[in-house]
Amino acid sequence: MLLIRCPYCEEERPEIEFRHAGEAHVARPTDIASISDEEFETFFFIRANTRGTVYERWRHVHGCARFFNAVRDSMSDRFIMTYKAGDPKPKKLPGV
Amino acid sequence: MAKAAAKTVQEAAGVERRPALGGQDMSAGGVKVAVLPPANRVSLRARQEAVASLSRALGVALPQKPKTSAAKGGRTVFWLGPDEWFVLDEQGGDALADCGKAKGLHSAVDVSHRHVAFAVSGPGAEATIAAGCPRDLSLAAFAVGDCSRTVFGKAEILLYRVSEQEFRVECWRSFSDYVFGLLAEGARDAAA
Ligand SMILES: [Zn+2]
Repeated sequence: MLLIRCPYCEEERPEIEFRHAGEAHVARPTDIASISDEEFETFFFIRANTRGTVYERWRHVHGCARFFNAVRDSMSDRFIMTYKAGDPKPKKLPGV
Repeated sequence: MAKAAAKTVQEAAGVERRPALGGQDMSAGGVKVAVLPPANRVSLRARQEAVASLSRALGVALPQKPKTSAAKGGRTVFWLGPDEWFVLDEQGGDALADCGKAKGLHSAVDVSHRHVAFAVSGPGAEATIAAGCPRDLSLAAFAVGDCSRTVFGKAEILLYRVSEQEFRVECWRSFSDYVFGLLAEGARDAAA
């Protein structure tokens, strides 16, 4: 079983305690009413879907229930690191 | 007040409360699975600023470390998340009323009848839980007094290690048949 480190529980937990919650660091427009349909489409539907290093939101739904962020390799499924929600996108990744 | 009113209605209607699976138990080899009596339970959410006043009001210091619990006078408080606790009172106390005495801003919800609890005890207790729970339950990873929300088969549970060979399993009422069945199955396997 895949083990994922929860930054709130501060330890590795079995993957079935977690739920994937989409791409991380997608910023909601500050004035959503003023943006064009095209801009809304980009914000709401268009995702990077990168091959390689991806930044994702995850939720420790059957644990502490908190949302957090994870850096993962979309080809090997390896978790590179996890960090708390609200923390900035890490500039340097361990072992990369 | 709500308690007194409920009692009057119950008495007037001549009804009695029958807890789900009330009084059932099973044992196999070195494991006993028992359905525990009803208890007083509160789901508590609060920010750091309110922790001290809630601890005073409840008479138990809210644990701050992940996976830990604190107990005093029949009342146990479990750390569930960085701003979430679960309060269990097994000696007739009213944890919700006590939370109400705290000055700090918080959210407290009585969930007494949302859960059914089981005691799983004996030398095979760890193996019984492991039948449906993917967690490392060795004493090094899940010590006495440790607690956590996790999964047991298809159900979410709250797992608490009471002693080296005894666990308390809390699950939502509607999952209790399933959880009891799987615990019984796990106990039989552990005994084999
Ligand atoms: Zn967690």
